[in-house]
Amino acid sequence: MKEKSISLLALRQRNTRRVAALFLAPVAILLTVFVFYPIVDTFITSGYQWNGISADKKFIGFGNWSKLIADKSFWIAFKNNLIIMVLSICIQIPIGLALATFLDFGGKKLTIFKVLWFIPLLMSSVAIGFLFTYALATNGGLVSTIAGWFGGGNIDLLGNPKTALLTVILVICWQFTPFYMVYFMAAFTNIPFDVFEAARIDGATRGQYFWRIALPLLVPSMKSAAILSMVGSLKYFDLIYVMTGGGPGTSTELMATYMYKQSFKTFNMGYGSTVAGGMFLLITMVSLITMKLLNGKKEA
Amino acid sequence: MDNYKKNKRKSIVAWIIAFIFAIFWMIVSIMPFIFMVLNSFKEKFEMLVKGVFQLPDALNWTNYTEVLTGGFTTYFMNSVIVLAISLILLLFFASCASYPLARFNFKLAQPIYALIVACMSIPVHITLIPVFRMAKSTGLYDSIWALIGPYIAFAIPISVFILTSFMKEIPREIEESAEIDGCGKIQMFFSMIMPLAKPGLATLAIYNGVNMWNEFSFAYTLTQSSANRTLPLAIWEFQGQYSMNTPMIMAVLTLTLLPMIILFIIFQDKLVKGMTAGAVKG
Repeated sequence: MKEKSISLLALRQRNTRRVAALFLAPVAILLTVFVFYPIVDTFITSGYQWNGISADKKFIGFGNWSKLIADKSFWIAFKNNLIIMVLSICIQIPIGLALATFLDFGGKKLTIFKVLWFIPLLMSSVAIGFLFTYALATNGGLVSTIAGWFGGGNIDLLGNPKTALLTVILVICWQFTPFYMVYFMAAFTNIPFDVFEAARIDGATRGQYFWRIALPLLVPSMKSAAILSMVGSLKYFDLIYVMTGGGPGTSTELMATYMYKQSFKTFNMGYGSTVAGGMFLLITMVSLITMKLLNGKKEA
Repeated sequence: MDNYKKNKRKSIVAWIIAFIFAIFWMIVSIMPFIFMVLNSFKEKFEMLVKGVFQLPDALNWTNYTEVLTGGFTTYFMNSVIVLAISLILLLFFASCASYPLARFNFKLAQPIYALIVACMSIPVHITLIPVFRMAKSTGLYDSIWALIGPYIAFAIPISVFILTSFMKEIPREIEESAEIDGCGKIQMFFSMIMPLAKPGLATLAIYNGVNMWNEFSFAYTLTQSSANRTLPLAIWEFQGQYSMNTPMIMAVLTLTLLPMIILFIIFQDKLVKGMTAGAVKG
């Protein structure tokens, strides 16, 4: 009797596993074909000198990797990624939070602001890239025109290596600030209304409520917003590729644009794979370190 | 009472400053769009001669008609086909995978879930070269069908993440009573779990739909001829054709934004919620 019941349990478990395998199969196949295999393949290709098409494929071991480590352009690109990362976090999150606070305090009357502020997020990065390429054009662009009103001359923001990166970062912030606004609005609604009521009854002004009560409660949300912004900044590609293509010179080059140009413009796929691999490793490393730092602080 | 007055005055000043900032940010937000729409109605040289902020001489629809007859509908249809197929398959596969991960008890559930979710931070660029070569060798290169696989695969991690947490919240009792009535696990999925997961699926459809609609990297790498390109690349193609004709490009940009604006007007709150779904993780 006992034996039978055990086998029944085993049977049920086997059945569960079988159904689970069946349900997980499509996702497993897709991820293997389009994510896991390509990652492995990229690292293998990084050992070759190869244009990706011809049969002329030469194994050079770690040759590409030592080239990458000595490659100034790649490290400039990485540095640019880090600049974008830091400035994005420093600009988007405070502005996003300020906008969300304004909407939270103002209530329903201010919906019109919310709607208009949200619109940049509806546009694709590519379209934004094009729009701003024209809006920032030296001749007849938006900024040049406005500078003209104040007696200034034409301004070439994107063509000047000194201002190009900052300009692109401001465009990125223009695009993504609404995202953080909505994000923080959701965080505000998660603060129970009682907390606000209690603070007001105790005589706190709105300002005091914000700085002493709401802000500390929002710290976890700010941390995850920072992580989101960080991972996004390191992967950044579309908008910059459209606006500057990494130029002028290497002033707005990113890891992703550098990888793309190496692989699909100069057809240096062996080295392009190495850049992609390096990018993957750096992103994983930076993500792990940041998450550790942020989570470590949470416990302290 | 004096203190109260002081606070009151302080609060009014704070609101005024806040409003100035709010209006400033509103101008910053919509100025580029005004620039875009205003100039899309101008003629080729009108913009250069008269400056960007002048109203156009007349509502000049020729840019729009030229864009719409110049292949815009092809890009649009390509985007719609890719989006529809990818989205349906994605939602089905993702719910299939989330079901056992959320509701079954087996040893590997946790590691598999962790592996899938970890894929969220993988940059698409590391897969670009191999996927490009796969598309070449399977003959799918330069067709919209090449895009569907990568689109689904890269949307899976976030979708499984959200759907699994969603399905975990479906009460156990529903499942138990169905089981007592002799409902098998597979039947359970289709008749109970899927319908109950609908709100989660809707959020995911919006989030992934917007991302796929705007996707650039794969579309740019895996397609080449303009007949097989999607909407984000339409601007690229038109720019090649009309590089000096800024008003024409503005018309293209306005047209690519239009579907999103319409959706935004209809589904405002749902769209906003859906688009930020990726951030809900704690």
